[in-house]
This record gives sequence, C-alpha cells and structure tokens, in this order.
Amino acid sequence: MDLSINPFSSGTRLRDMIRAIRASKTASEERAVVRRECAAIRAAISEGDQDYRHRNMAKLMFIHMLGYPTHFGQMECLKLIAAAGFPEKRIGYLGLMLLLDERQEVLMLVTNSLKQDLNHSNQFIVGLALCALGNICSAEMARDLAPEVERLLLSRDPNTKKKAALCSIRIVRKVPDLAENFMGSAAENIKEKHHGVLISVVQLCTELCKASKEALEYLRKHCVEGLVRILRDVTNSSYAPEYDIAGITDPFLHIRVLRLMRTLGQGDADCSEYVNDILAQVATKTESNKNAGNAILYECVETIMSIEATSGLRVLAINILGRFLSNRDNNIRYVALNMLMRAMAVDTQAVQRHRATILECVKDADVSIRKRALELVYLLINDTNVKPLTKELVDYLEVSDEDFKEDLTAKICSIVEKFSEDKLWYLDQMFKVLSLAGNFVKDDVWHALIVLISNASELQGYSVRSLYKALQAYGAQESLVRVAVWCIGEYGEMVVNNINMLDVEEPVTVTESDAVDAVELALKRYSVDVTTRAMCLVALLKLSSRFPPTSERIQEIVVQNKGNTVLELQQRSIEFNSIIQRHQSIKSSLLERMPVLDEASYLMKRAASSQATVSLTKSATTATPAGSLKIPNGVVKPPAAPLPDLLDLNSDDVPVTTSATTTAPDNFLQDLLGIDLTNSSTAGGAPSATTDILMDLLSIGSFPVQNGPPTTSNFITPGQVTKHAPATPQVMDLLDGLPSSTPLPDENTAYPSITAFQSATLKITFSFKKQPGKPQETTMHVSFTNLTSVALTDFMFQAAVPKFIQLRLDPASSSILPASGNGSVTQSLSVTNNQHGQYYKLMCQGHVTCLSLSGGPWIWA
Amino acid sequence: MINFVLLISRQGKVRLTKWYSPYTQKERTKVIRELSGLILTRGPKLCNFVEWRGYKVVYRRYASLYFCMCIDADDNELEVLEIIHHFVEILDRYFGSVCELDLIFNFHKAYYVLDEILIAGELQESSKKNVARLIAAQDSLVEAAKEEASSISNIIAQATK
Repeated sequence: MDLSINPFSSGTRLRDMIRAIRASKTASEERAVVRRECAAIRAAISEGDQDYRHRNMAKLMFIHMLGYPTHFGQMECLKLIAAAGFPEKRIGYLGLMLLLDERQEVLMLVTNSLKQDLNHSNQFIVGLALCALGNICSAEMARDLAPEVERLLLSRDPNTKKKAALCSIRIVRKVPDLAENFMGSAAENIKEKHHGVLISVVQLCTELCKASKEALEYLRKHCVEGLVRILRDVTNSSYAPEYDIAGITDPFLHIRVLRLMRTLGQGDADCSEYVNDILAQVATKTESNKNAGNAILYECVETIMSIEATSGLRVLAINILGRFLSNRDNNIRYVALNMLMRAMAVDTQAVQRHRATILECVKDADVSIRKRALELVYLLINDTNVKPLTKELVDYLEVSDEDFKEDLTAKICSIVEKFSEDKLWYLDQMFKVLSLAGNFVKDDVWHALIVLISNASELQGYSVRSLYKALQAYGAQESLVRVAVWCIGEYGEMVVNNINMLDVEEPVTVTESDAVDAVELALKRYSVDVTTRAMCLVALLKLSSRFPPTSERIQEIVVQNKGNTVLELQQRSIEFNSIIQRHQSIKSSLLERMPVLDEASYLMKRAASSQATVSLTKSATTATPAGSLKIPNGVVKPPAAPLPDLLDLNSDDVPVTTSATTTAPDNFLQDLLGIDLTNSSTAGGAPSATTDILMDLLSIGSFPVQNGPPTTSNFITPGQVTKHAPATPQVMDLLDGLPSSTPLPDENTAYPSITAFQSATLKITFSFKKQPGKPQETTMHVSFTNLTSVALTDFMFQAAVPKFIQLRLDPASSSILPASGNGSVTQSLSVTNNQHGQYYKLMCQGHVTCLSLSGGPWIWA
Repeated sequence: MINFVLLISRQGKVRLTKWYSPYTQKERTKVIRELSGLILTRGPKLCNFVEWRGYKVVYRRYASLYFCMCIDADDNELEVLEIIHHFVEILDRYFGSVCELDLIFNFHKAYYVLDEILIAGELQESSKKNVARLIAAQDSLVEAAKEEASSISNIIAQATK
C-alpha cells in the first residue's frame, strides 16, 4: 500500500490512517478520524473509483475491526470479487470473509462469482474461492456449489486438493446429506503423499463418519489399511526438516490419523485389532518431553480407551495416564484429568488408585484443574469411599475461594443426597455444609433436608440441637438460619429438654428463653431476606404455643413488625398477634407438630417441578404403575394433611382428609395405587376442576408418572389457616394445617362405630352395619357434628373407593350444620365389596362454607 | 473444530479475529469482552486452558499478544497449542521477527497467512515451508499486477501532460 504517484490521489494511505487512529487520545478523536475516512471511502465507492479500491477495502476492514459499522462496503466486496485480476479478488474475498457472515443475504449474490472462480484456470484464484467458501458458506451455497468442490477434490494440484477437502468439511457440516458424495474421493486421497492433503483428507473422513453411517461403513472398509500405513511411515521416518516439530515428524498428521482410527475402531472389533500394533508402537516410541510428543500420546490414549483394545494396550494407556498425572506441567495434569474421565468407563479400578492425587488436584491453585478434578471425584464416589472423600471435600470447602465454593457446594450436596441412607451422616454433612457455605446451598437442597428431618423422628432432637449450636456460630449463612429456625420452631421442646439424645451427643443447656432469643436474633440481626424473616415469625408463633410462658414476650416481638413495609411480614405479624391474643383456644391445636412430610411425593414433585408448569385442570387419569412408587422410611402413616395449591385460584379451599386405613401395609400400598379416581364422587355432581385437584392431592400414591406435575411448583406446603394465601410460591408457609388426621382405628376389625375425625371444629363418626347373609355389603352411617360457634352451610360430602368396590351415597339429611353441636347431619352410604376379603381404603372429603374468623366468608373443607 | 481465533493485546485491544462458527456482530463483541476478562486476568503459572460456556479456550501469550483459539470440548488441547505455535512461527518467518506492530499495520497480510493455515476451523498445512511458498507466490502475483498497473498509469499520466 505505497504512495501512489498519481497526482490526483485522494485520501490517506492505509498506514497513515492507522497511525492517525492510534494517535487519537480520546474516543471522540478516533470517531472523527473514522468518520472522515468513511466519508472518503463512501465517496470513492459511489464514484466507482478504481484506483484505490484495495486501499479502501483494507481501510474498511480495519475500521470494521475497531467495531464501527461498515455495511456500505459490502457491495464493494462483491464488485472486487467479480473483477478480473488476482489482487482485486484477493482483497475482495478477504473483505467478504471479514465484513459478512453466513447469515447475511448479500452472501447469496456471491454464489455466481464463486462458481466462476472455482472453475478458473489460475489455481490461486481457485484457492481463494475454496477458502472463502470453506469459511463462511451457508447451507444453500453449500448445496449449490458442492459438485464443483467434489470435482476439485480430484484435482492434480495438492494446494487445491487440500483446500477442497477442507471446504468439503464445511459443506458436509452444513448439509450432512451430501456426505455420501464425498466418501469415494476422500477414500481415494488417503493414498496421497503430500502431508497437507493427507491432513485435510483424514479430517474430512472423520467428519464424514460423523455425518453419515453409510460413510462410516464405507471408510471403515476402505481406509484402515491406508491409515495404518501412513502412521507407520510417519512414525518411522527419519528426520524431515520440513515437518519436524521438536524431533517428531509432523505431529499433526499423527494426531489426525489417530483420531480417525478412533472413529473407525469404536465398536468394531476387526478394525480395532488391525490398528492394535501401530497404536502400541506409537504409545511406546513417542518421546514425551515436549508438548508435541505429549499431544500425540494424549490422542493415542484417548483412542485406546475408546476402541476395543487388548488388555495389554489398555495397560500401556493407563501407565501413560499415571505419568501424566504426576507431571509438573499444569497443562499435562489438566489433560490427564480429562483422560481419567474417559478411563472411568474402561477401568474404574485404575482410576480409583489415583484417588489421592485427584483429591490433591481439587485443591490446586489453577481453577481449570480444580474444576476437572472435582468432576472426577464426583464420578469416583461409591459406597466404600463416600465418607472419607466427602470429609475431604467438606474440609476443603472451609478454605476454598468464593467462586469455587458454589461448584463445590453443589457437588457435595448432590453426593450427600445420593448416599443418604445413613441418615445421621447425611444430617451431619448437611449441617456442616450449611454452616460453611449456606449461602450457596440451593433451595431444593435444604427443602429436602427438612423433609428428611421431618421423617426421621428419632433424629429430630439431635438435628435441632445441632442446628441450634450451629446457629450461634454461623448466623451469616442464610440457608442455615432458615433450616435452624424452622427446626427450633417445630421441635423447640426437644432442644430445651434434651429429648432423644444420641450417644454421641453432649447435653446442652438451653432454656425456653434461649430458644426464643435465638430466633429473635435471627429475625432482627442476621437475616436480611424476607423469606427468612417470615420463617422466623412463624417459628416464634409455634414457640409461643410450645413454651406458653414465653407467649407474652413473643407477642411483643411479633408486634414490632406490625408496621413493616413488606406486606408479607406485616400481614403475618398482625395475624399471628391476633392468634396469640384472641384465639388461645385453638392456638395449640393450630400449632401442633406438622404432619410428616411425605418424601415420596416430594421426590416426585421435585422431579416434575423442573417442568415448572402449573396445571389447574388435572387429568383424571391417575393410575400409576405399581412398581414406580417406593414408600421410603417404611412408615405406614396416615396421609399427610392435604396440600392446598398455592397457585390455585380457589386458594381458600383447605381440604381435610378423613380416611380409614387398613392394617396391612402392603395392601395399603396396593390400594393407594389401585384407586381410580374417576369413580370417586357419586354425589355432588360432576367434579369441578378444583375438586379434581383436591382429589389428586388426597391420593398421595397416585401421582401420575407420565405428566401432570403436581399443582404446587413449590414443594409440600402444609395447609393454611387463613384464606390469605401468599401469591409467591417460594414463600414457605409453615403454619400447621388444620389438625392433622389423628391416628385412625381400623374400620374392618370391628363393627363398633368410630370417630373418624375430630377436631376443635368438627366431629365425624362412622357407624357400620352389615346385613346378615350379605357379607360383602356394608352400610355406613356418617354423622357430622359442628363444634364451632358458627353455622356451616353448603355441606357436601364425597367418598372415593377402589375399582372393585361399589359405592352408593345417599343424600345427606341437611346441607347446613348447625352451630355448637346443636344437632348433626347424617348421611348414609352403602359399600359393596366385590372381592370380599380384600382390604380396601375408603377416602372421603367434605366441603363446607362458613364465616371466617376475621369476618369474611371463606370456604373450608 | 476451532470455532474462532482471537488475538488480543495485553490492554484488551483486538488485533485479529477469525470466526469459523456463526456468531452475530453483537455476540462477537460480547464474546470478546468475556474472554478478554477471563484470559487477561489469569496468572502466568496456570495452565493454558480455560473452560468457557461449555467450550475450551486454548491460549498462549507471546510478548504482548494473547493468541486464543476456542475449541470444542472433545478436541485435543495440546495439539491446538501446537497449532498456535505453528501460526506464530510462520508469521515470524514471514514478517521477520514479528512484533505486535507488524500485525497492526499489516493486519490484512496476517489474515492471508491465517487463511493458508486454517480453513473451516481445521488445520490445512503442516509444513511451514509450504505455507511460506504459497504466500510468496500470491504476493508476487499482486506485485506483478501492481507494477503493470503503475506502468500503464505512468504512460497515461505522461500522455495527458
């Protein structure tokens, strides 16, 4: 780009423009220079100025690299490409590749020029076209010009051949269907001697194998012999200065061939056997003191691990692996960790032997190595080594950097959850993780922890005491605070009275007041988060019931939030205050221990919640394949209090289950799964969408496996007392539901009537009669008594039975339940058991409307 | 395959970019910014590989320039280090002890060299001699054409005096 001697030259030289731009001290100065230049170039383009086209195009490219818009130059590229001379085409194609990309429509206009250039007599021009095509062509262009490229693959000139081969790679990537067109010529070219051609063609073959199965078969048949020969020649060749890198002849060719051998040998025993010897030779002969040699060894080991290699070969590979792992070079160690991941599939024992070194790598200074090592450790975990390995990881968690903590925490949590049979160990690990890195623990992890604690009744005391202690020390960790506060609220009396102490524990002296202190502190000082504070308020409310003497103090604390600007907290504060003050009578039953959270359904919800859809209209088909549900903990428990859908539009519905359970646990399981809810309510007309939801919630075991995620995208939230359902699903409302189902006697063992359900508000009794001579038939009278001071209207009762039962429900005697037990409503139903002797479960629910405690009407079921 | 090649200076200025995978203009700027942040802050003793967005970026520092190549997760990182070195050695041979300034003022020539080494994100030629030969041949074509053109314009200029 020298100074032209033309006296009419306009504009600056490229060099000068670059200098001017570099000399600009401010961005606006630079912009001024660029603007001036662009104006000149635009003028030159519109005038069709021939003389300085190169220079202008080069300037344009530089300006583009700086980030300025250069669309006006695109057509100029096309014109340059269409020009006759080599220099114009050269700069034109470069401009094309720089200023345009495959998504632009302007690119299509070049197709014709490209076609002509691909047929040009000047091989360099052909080269330019192939290069441009290979770098930026779109799928249509690929299809259009594929025949030209195919032809050029068979050209005599190696330069053209190699470019055509690489161009074909892009074509095949864009249009995999064309793969078969290239396989013949590709296989032919394996016989070439020119290294450039070989590298390109071998790479093309690898790409073809990926694109088409047919090509893979073809190449497998035709190329393996040639490949072995190439590798043998290049490995055994004497010093060739042209290709020598660090004493090895053409390591690139080595590596490409090894990669193709991997693709061809994978899953094919014959091919693998054929290449066995040469692989062994490469693995043993290659020098590993320089990067080039190591690159070859790396590829070789990867190939050995992927094909059907002999055990001798595998041993060779593992040895190389071991050497790499203990190398001082960071790159080599990183690569070794990669190799180990692949080796896991082949020889887990060998990888386990390197466990100690891998653990060291988790603590390495280099973040890339740490990440790889952590992934590898996760794969290595099995039943025998999970405890020591987890211990190492948790110890490291204490000292690791902040940015690594997140990955590490996530991995530890998933490990611990996977191997959580030993509950005590699981709890210990989780408490430690929460203490050290609670802020990085994801929500569903600590939710799962709570579910487990609620199920493991013997460990609840231990849990709450450990958490209490942890809370004193690590109050800054959000998740820890939440879990601790929930536990203290639920199991407060266990902390104070050292209930259920385990052998490993030492007794703690915690008074009721201390417990309240802890929660108060959490409320006021540590946590900033609304969720945590909300949970603290709930916990305080529970404590006011568990520790009656502290009730007044708690009230004071709660009241302080009455004017809080956050609506959620304000609301809770006012309501809880009201409960403490005015509703002493129901307070204790309101705040009873929460029913055990059902692990099975939680797990299913968790799995399904990733779909994150809330379906209000649940399908009625609920038959679940019997084997899919495991009831963990082996506890035959009454179904948990029904779970209202927080996002349900009729959020006021709070269903209450009454059900009769059978004594036989296996039948319980069976019946749960056998229930077909489409038969359910024979009274009350067609079930509404709401009812369906409630129905599904009742049948804990019958979650549909295929779809229909449970209606709460949150995990299990127990029932609510008030009608004010929080709109945000992530706020866990921890109020106890309406009194959980009390343990129910078995209905089948006796005819005496039973109280199926009793609470402060409602009493339901069943009485049974069997007609003599018809043992399959049972008549039940259900009697409902209203114990509140308010009349309950719109009473409706429904029942559900398994398929082999016939149910007939007679109309109720009245739809109004008079207040204060002044009379009751009765309803009779008759049940016929077609499989007499088979236990079954009867599930019922009822709906009523009554006036709410705070004055508005609400539906209570 | 190599998805893109990036040459950035120590101050984060872009000296050369070549994209073998589709990235829009906006995406490109974003990528450059992210990777600059990631790579320029790495210490000298650390390994030459960075994991980024599911890809691997292999980089090496030569004087004041960082040569970066983004590859797929299953590619051979050590080989790509060799490819980078291959590229640098060829540039060195071509420009004669190449420095950053050469690449600034003759960026188009650097691109020509790169186009003889990589196409479609794959290696094209393992012989430095061959690459040099091909570039020289093309350069001489351009020279010849320029001489021809200048001699014609000389004649015209003289004729129109």
